[in-house]
Amino acid sequence: MPTYNLKINGKSQSIEAAEDTPLLWALRDQLDMVGTKFGCGIGQCGACTVHVDGNATRSCLLSIAALDGKEVTTIEGLSEDGSHPVQVAWKEIDVPQCGYCQAGQIMTASAFLEKNTNPSKDEIRKAMHGNICRCASYNRIENAVAKAAENKMA
Amino acid sequence: MSSTINTKFSRRSFLRTSSLASGGMLIGFNFFTACKDTVKMPVDIAKLNYNDFNAFIKISNEGMVTIFSPNPEIGQGVKTSMPMLIAEELDVPWENVNVVQGILDTQNYTRQVAGGSQSIRFGWDALRQTGATARQILVNAAAAKWGVDASECSAKQGVITNAAGETLGYGDVVNEAAVLENERAAARAAKIAALVEGEKLEEEPIALKDPKDFTLIGTDVGNVDIDKIITGKPLFGLDYKAEGMVYASVLRPPSFGQVLESYDATAAKAVSGVIDVIKIGEKAKAYLAKGEVDWSAKLADTEKVVVIAENSWAAIKAKKAIKAQWSESTPLENTAAHDKILVDLLDGNKLTNLRKDGNVRKAFSQADKVVERTYESPFLPHNCMEPMNFYANVTDSKIHLVGPVQTPASAASTVANMLGRDEKEIRLEMTRMGGGFGRRLYGDFVYEAAEISDQIRRPVKMFSTREDDMATGVYRPAIKYRIAASIKDGEITGYHLKEAAVNSNMYGIIPDFFPAGAIENYQVDVAKYDSNITTGAWRAPYTNFLSYAEQSFLDELAEVLEKDPVQMRLDLLEKVKGTTDDRIQYSAERLQDVLKLAVEKSGYRTPKEGVFQGVCAYYCHNTHVAEVADVVMEGNQPVVKKITVAVDCGIVVNPLGAMNQIEGGAIDGVGHAMYGDFVFEDGKPTSKNFDSYRLIRMNETPIVETHFVKNTLSPTGLGEPTLPPAGAAVAIALKKATGNRVYKQPFATNMATKPILG
Ligand code: FES
Ligand code: FES
Repeated sequence: MPTYNLKINGKSQSIEAAEDTPLLWALRDQLDMVGTKFGCGIGQCGACTVHVDGNATRSCLLSIAALDGKEVTTIEGLSEDGSHPVQVAWKEIDVPQCGYCQAGQIMTASAFLEKNTNPSKDEIRKAMHGNICRCASYNRIENAVAKAAENKMA
Repeated sequence: MSSTINTKFSRRSFLRTSSLASGGMLIGFNFFTACKDTVKMPVDIAKLNYNDFNAFIKISNEGMVTIFSPNPEIGQGVKTSMPMLIAEELDVPWENVNVVQGILDTQNYTRQVAGGSQSIRFGWDALRQTGATARQILVNAAAAKWGVDASECSAKQGVITNAAGETLGYGDVVNEAAVLENERAAARAAKIAALVEGEKLEEEPIALKDPKDFTLIGTDVGNVDIDKIITGKPLFGLDYKAEGMVYASVLRPPSFGQVLESYDATAAKAVSGVIDVIKIGEKAKAYLAKGEVDWSAKLADTEKVVVIAENSWAAIKAKKAIKAQWSESTPLENTAAHDKILVDLLDGNKLTNLRKDGNVRKAFSQADKVVERTYESPFLPHNCMEPMNFYANVTDSKIHLVGPVQTPASAASTVANMLGRDEKEIRLEMTRMGGGFGRRLYGDFVYEAAEISDQIRRPVKMFSTREDDMATGVYRPAIKYRIAASIKDGEITGYHLKEAAVNSNMYGIIPDFFPAGAIENYQVDVAKYDSNITTGAWRAPYTNFLSYAEQSFLDELAEVLEKDPVQMRLDLLEKVKGTTDDRIQYSAERLQDVLKLAVEKSGYRTPKEGVFQGVCAYYCHNTHVAEVADVVMEGNQPVVKKITVAVDCGIVVNPLGAMNQIEGGAIDGVGHAMYGDFVFEDGKPTSKNFDSYRLIRMNETPIVETHFVKNTLSPTGLGEPTLPPAGAAVAIALKKATGNRVYKQPFATNMATKPILG
C-alpha cells in the first residue's frame, strides 16, 4: 500500500493506505481522530466536514491521494482547548442534543465565518443548509453562528 | 424549609454505602427495587459491577461528587437532568458534580431504557430520595463528629453547619459517614431479622425539599458532555476502539422477504485490508426458531455475508464486491399493494374494537350529517445520525459489548441466549448515542456483532453504512386512519376512528386520549396487515401520525359546524371535566390551559396580515401540548415560519435542556410531515441515502417559540410529546393559506399547491 504524508492540524502525519481511502476513514480508523463523523458517505449530510486549506470540505468524498500539499484542519485542531469563538458560542447556546452532527456543524460554521464576518440571518441559514441535524437543533445552530459572529467582532 | 413526603422508598432498602479504598464514600442505589440485604458494596471504584445497584454516587475526600448515571443518553438530556435530581437533594454545587455513563451488568436492573419519554417521570422520586438520603448520611456523620444532634445541623451547597455556626464540608466527613452508615445498616438488618411475622420496621421517611426551595432544579444546566462534543472527543459507539479490534460490514438481503442462497467472495477477499469474508446467521436463526424472540429479530431470519477488515473503508469497498444470490422466502411487497390492502381493511368488517362508548351506529343513523375523512401516512426510517453499530468481543470466559443501544438489558440477555452463554459473563457498556428515535430499542445490531465475534474470536466493530441503515431498518409502519363523525343540531354526537396499520396497531391507552370522553358516542377499531417488512417504535409511536389525523379532522368539523376551532375544543374538553371514567388519560384542565396559552402567545386572536395560523392541542406521553403553526405565502408557495409551543410537563427540571427537546420535537414533526416519504418496490425501499430521502434542513426550519405552563406537578417527559401536534398545526395552517386540506403525508408531495420552503 502506498504511503501518504498529510498535514493535519499543523502536524505532518504519514499513513499507509489504499489510494482511494477517503480522508474521513483515514482520520477515524488510522489516525485515531474520531471527532470527524460518518453520516452518509455521499456528501449529503455534512457530518464529516473538515477544512482543507480553510475551506469547508466533505471528508467522506475526498481521497487522501488528493491531499498532497494541502492543509487539513479537523474539529480536534480547530482550537487547542475548545476556545474557538464558534465552539464557545456552541457552549453558550448549549446547542447539541445527541451531539453527533455537531462537529460537522461547527466546522462548516467556522469556515463560513472566516469569509463572512458579519452574516445576515439568511446568509447563516443558507450557509448551514448542507448540514443535517437529525435532532433538529437548527434554531440553536442558527443562534450560535450569529453569536459566534458577534463574539468574534467584539 | 423541608416538607416530608411520604414515600414508598425506604432509604435503607435501596441504598448501600461503602468506604472506598482510595478514600471517600461510595453510595450504591437502585431505582424502584429494593436491594438484597446481603449485598456488599465494592471498596474499589474499578470493581463497580452494577449487579445489585444500577447507579452510584461517589463523594471524594475533596467533596467532589461523581454520579454514575444509569440511563442511556440518546440526545434527550437525561444524562444531565437525572443527575440534577440527585444533586438538588444532596445539595452540592453543580460545578462539583461529574457525571459518568453507567455500565450494565444485567442482574437486577430496572428501567435502564431510553424510550417513551419516561426516564424523568420514573426517576423523579427515586433520584431525589437518593440524594436526600445521601445528604442525611453526611449530616449524621458531621453531627457525630461534633457530638451534637443531627437535627441541629443543616446542609447546603456541600457544607454542613451546626447550631454554633461551625462548618464541615462533605469531603471532611465522608470517611466517617461511610463507617457510620454501615453500622446503622447492620443494626437495621438485625432489627429486621428480629421482626415477628406481620410486623414492619418503623422508619422515618426522608424529608425532601419543597419545590419552592429548589436551587438547581428549574435552572438552566448545560449538556454535561458539551466540552467533549465541541472538541470532537470519542463519545459515540462508532468512536469506540479496543486493542486488536477489526471492522465488520454486513451484507444483508436487499429486499425484505429474501434469504441468502449463495455468494462468491473472491473479488471481495482481494481488496487490500480485507481479513476474511464469513457467513453468519446460524445462531440467530436457531435462536429465532425457539420462538421466544421479539419481532425485530425478523431482521436476523436469514444468513448474511460479513466482510472482516482492518479498516472501515476496506470493509465498505469489499462488501460491494461480493456477488451474492438471494432467493425469495416470502413474497416481496410494495407500497402500492399496501395502500390497497389498508384501504380494504378500513372498508371491511374485520376490525378489533379497542374502545366503545354509547352507540356510534345509532348516533350516525340519527345524524343530520356525517363527515368522514381518510388520512394516510408512509413508512418512515429513523435515520439516526449515527448509523447502527456495536462492538463485541466474545472470548471463552467473557463477552464484552460496547455501543449505543436503548435497551441494554434485553440486548445482553438475547446475546447470552443466542450464544448459549451465561448472562453473568456479559459486560455491556453504553456509549452516548447519535440519536435513537426508537431505532436503538431493537438490538439486531448487537446480536450481529456478537455472532461475528463469537465466530472469529476477535474484538470487532460491526458498523452499518447509511444505505444499510436505511434499507434494513425497523420502520414506522405505514398507517391509514378513517375518522367519521355524526353531527346533530350543531353538535358532534358520534365519533368513529378506524386504524389500518402494517404489522401492529395502536397500544392500549391511545384510544383513551382526547377526544375520548368528550363525545358521548365514541368508538375506536383497529385492523392490521402482517408484512415481512420490519416495523417498530418511531419517536412518539402512533401519535406521531394520529395527532395530525385527529386534529385536522377536528378542525374540519369546526369548519362544518361554523365554530371557532379553539372554542370548539375548549367546549369539548369542558365536557370531560369531572369525568368518572378512570381510563381517560389526559387532564381536560391541563389541555385547556396549554391551548389557551398557545393561543395567547401566538397572537392567534389578532392575526397579522398574510400570516395563516393553524392551532391544535394534543396529549400524549403524559404531557399536554398545544401548538400554533404560522404559514406565510411566498409567491404561491406556503412557508412554515414559526411554531409556538405551549407545554405542561409539570416541573421543568432543566429549562435549557427541555427547550432543546421541545424545539427538536416540533421541527422533527414539521419535517417528517412535510417531507418524510418512504416507498417500497419489490420488497426494498426506493430511498437509501440522503440524496433520495429528504430530511428537513436549516433553510426550511421554522423558529420554535416555547412557553411553559408553570406548576409544581411531577415532571413528565419531553422527548416525544411536541412532535405529534406539529404536523397537525401545519396541516391546519396550510388549509388556511392555500384553501386546500391535505390528507396524506408527506405534505410537500401531496398538496395541491406544492410548498418550496426557504
Ligand atoms: S458523511 Fe460526508 S457528507 Fe455525510
Ligand atoms: S444533535 Fe443529533 S444530529 Fe444534530
